[in-house]
Amino acid sequence: MSDDRAATRLTHLEALEAESIHIIREVAATFEHPVMLYSLGKDSAVMLHLAKKAFYPGRLPFPLLHVDTTWKFRDMYAYRDRIAADPDLDLIVHVNEEGVAQNVNPFSHGSAVHTDIMKTQALKQALSEHGFDAAFGGARRDEERSRAKERVFSFRDRQHRWDPKNQRPELWNIYNGRVHAGESIRVFPLSNWTELDVWQYIDLEGIEVVPLYLAAERPVVERDGLMIMVDDDRMPLEPGETPEMKRIRFRTLGCYPLTGAVESDAVTLPEIIREMLLARSSERQGRAIDKDASASMEQKKQQGYF
Amino acid sequence: MFHADFDAGNFDIGEYLEQHRNKELLRFITCGSVDDGKSTLIGRLLFDTKQVFEDQLAAVGKDSRKYGTTGETPDLALLVDGLQAEREQGITIDVAYRYFTTEKRKFIIADTPGHEQYTRNMVTGASTADLAIVLIDARHGLQVQTRRHSYLVHMLGIRHVVVAINKMDAVDYDRGVFDRIRGDYEAFANQLGIAHFECVPVCALNGANVTRDAEEMDWYDGPTVLDLLESTPVHEHDLERPMRFPVQYVNRTRSDFRGFCGTLVSGRIAPGDEVVVLPSGRRSRVAEIIGNTGAVHRAQVGNTGAVKSTEVEYAGTMDQARAGQAITLTLADEIDISRGDVLVHADRLPRVSELFDARVVWMNDRPLLPGRQYNLKLASSEVPATPEAIHHRIDVNTLEHHPADQLGLNEIGYCRIRASRALAFDAYDSNPATGAFILVDRVSNLTVGAGMIVRPVTDQLTDKSSNVTWHAQTVNKRARAQQKAQKSAVLWFTGLSGAGKSTVANALEKALFQRGHHSYLLDGDNVRHGLNRDLGFSDDDRVENIRRIGEVARLMADAGLVVLTAFISPFRADRAMVRELMEDGEFVEIHVDAPLDVCETRDPKGLYAKARAGVIRNFTGIDSPYEAPEDAEITVDTSKLSVDECVEELLAYLKRRGILIG
Repeated sequence: MSDDRAATRLTHLEALEAESIHIIREVAATFEHPVMLYSLGKDSAVMLHLAKKAFYPGRLPFPLLHVDTTWKFRDMYAYRDRIAADPDLDLIVHVNEEGVAQNVNPFSHGSAVHTDIMKTQALKQALSEHGFDAAFGGARRDEERSRAKERVFSFRDRQHRWDPKNQRPELWNIYNGRVHAGESIRVFPLSNWTELDVWQYIDLEGIEVVPLYLAAERPVVERDGLMIMVDDDRMPLEPGETPEMKRIRFRTLGCYPLTGAVESDAVTLPEIIREMLLARSSERQGRAIDKDASASMEQKKQQGYF
Repeated sequence: MFHADFDAGNFDIGEYLEQHRNKELLRFITCGSVDDGKSTLIGRLLFDTKQVFEDQLAAVGKDSRKYGTTGETPDLALLVDGLQAEREQGITIDVAYRYFTTEKRKFIIADTPGHEQYTRNMVTGASTADLAIVLIDARHGLQVQTRRHSYLVHMLGIRHVVVAINKMDAVDYDRGVFDRIRGDYEAFANQLGIAHFECVPVCALNGANVTRDAEEMDWYDGPTVLDLLESTPVHEHDLERPMRFPVQYVNRTRSDFRGFCGTLVSGRIAPGDEVVVLPSGRRSRVAEIIGNTGAVHRAQVGNTGAVKSTEVEYAGTMDQARAGQAITLTLADEIDISRGDVLVHADRLPRVSELFDARVVWMNDRPLLPGRQYNLKLASSEVPATPEAIHHRIDVNTLEHHPADQLGLNEIGYCRIRASRALAFDAYDSNPATGAFILVDRVSNLTVGAGMIVRPVTDQLTDKSSNVTWHAQTVNKRARAQQKAQKSAVLWFTGLSGAGKSTVANALEKALFQRGHHSYLLDGDNVRHGLNRDLGFSDDDRVENIRRIGEVARLMADAGLVVLTAFISPFRADRAMVRELMEDGEFVEIHVDAPLDVCETRDPKGLYAKARAGVIRNFTGIDSPYEAPEDAEITVDTSKLSVDECVEELLAYLKRRGILIG
């Protein structure tokens, strides 16, 4: 901040940043085995950046966990390898090997089965295997309606289930992280950030993100109303489908066969923000998973989805 | 999402980003009962500030036909009501958070239900709010709920209140209706102690005086609701408040670094400041403040999003930190500080006490019962605590006080709370961040109560709040003894066998215990069978026996106890040796005197008879000398005084010496 501002109040981004750092430190101070879910997306990037700030000049007192469905974009894997090269970071990669053995994939099993087995079940496996009692997630309350009521410290029972009607009251900035053995808390340090805040912060702080967020010529096919990028040769093309080079980017990143692209010329962060301000649909629109029922996210979360 | 306002062609993103970089954050709560139009007001704010995307609006359109109350027009309230269950019931059952942005500010709305059974949710939403919008239906005027919500808003310390008198369209935008309701509210606000509020006539359904000046009400020339949201000062007192830094986390993730992390909740702090650590009272100076200096690495970014993470500096050293910032401090001295301690400036100290009175909002089906233990979390401290008494219960509808022996769900009580150790705190009204706490059930782990401290309580027996803040209250002999309202002492009873040492010492210990003191009696029974069972009765063994007893007594005195010993201890040199182990004034030699013939007549264990018969040797008074004390602190003659009289005399002496306090 500049000197003239030093004497005055915090800006909204400074306030959000301080709140998130407070939450991250609270977890480090009160849990025995916390872990930070690291999805490689922009929210994860911000969350990791905040965690590094929280413990600077020390190192993160918890590992990162990437639940790998094996169907992420190649650019995401390259990005993950760059981030994991930091000797101060401890990154755990978990794959649901049972799912791999059964060759579960988005094409033959559909998005619902694939997401459940390779993401939701895989996450539960990893959390139980390592005995994590707290897991940070990058979810924001502005993303989706059912998230608007989620606590910052969100209780999960032994089966990792969320009970939206029976949440612990959460007052002031005093968080209750007490759990019995086997129970856990999902922690959302970015609860109060919006998509706009996230991009502004990435721009301001110079945080590295996966290049897929920026527009480039990429091969795509149109499928079920979504523009799907043909990222590798595992993607079976339907009769009559030919990948077409288009200038596209992604607003959210997930499994490449399930993530819709948007046509765009935005090649810098300010241009992304500009496009977002002019956008007519929310970022989750590009997610095949959200389309089933309007409260589908609520149901998924009750089952243990992040 | 600002599609209606932006001309894509002329939109200068650089200018926009610059402008939005310096926006402030305002958190507010909306309160009103089910039909006052709360969700509609929020939906209106979101819609008019272009926060609603087309796919969201489409979803609302679909839901409107299913659950809505507005026919074919999209029911904006449905933008807000999130969970399936509540959409089906048509009411909001929890706290939902909403976000919107204008050019001036970013806003976080806590949307909470109006029904009485959801008081806990409203309190939850209000706990983080800077401002409250209280909705009143113009057709109905002040309702019981209006009073309840206003009371809660005031209790939670929200000082900015906007009273939105809604559904003005239903009363033909009548100024008289507005003025009457405003007058009613003013009378009520005065009664509550709400110093200041703004009243706005609105129609949430069509946006009149919400986001636009209403031509329908040209008699009103005040600000719109949005104007007030954008201009009300936020956190204007945080910097003036005394500096409070609750230590949240001790960062030693690198061996050469020891930093104290936390959020500065009020005031300012700078390197070089002298700080007092509470509750210990130790002092040091701030060496460095590490935190967000902003723009550390901005130069090298180039706005491509592809910066090597190794180039990024995550924080730097700051000239000063101010309220709200999450920072890490290092101190000039190596002193023991842990999570839960609070760093403050010496000239503006908080209170330190384990006993205080607080307003408690109960949030669980299982009632609060005095005497039950809960976990209390205040700032970064977490300690077991017990509500000792409920002074009264407050009826949130009438504000009347009623006696209560428990608090049920959604009830509010004024309670006395005893924490298991002293906490540093402020009254909630003067500093919410260090005056608010939650209570957690120790079995279910649920958050069951929310508390706001009103005042510390001075406790005759144990309160140390007045001096603890001024001295380093290390846990030492003195502190331990003080906790027990006594001074450490060794009461050394010496005398012939049968003189009555054990009898008097036992009776004295009983009297001490009854008076709340903490003592321990060492005698032949508990020492000879364990610690000293390897020792016989030779002269050497007798010396070693006394030496060991002396050492044990010294440790117990260090524990703050009043130690009583009952041994013949016939040799002056041995008693002098023990006296040397103790601090001056700590050793009290008590000569339990009785003539040998009296003792021999008593002979409770038949030892004199055995000694006379030569069965046991080296028996004091028979074939081994007893060196009577020449300078005993006190002598009691058991041939002349009863046991009770001896005890009385000893108690009087100990009080005179200041060994027993109070």
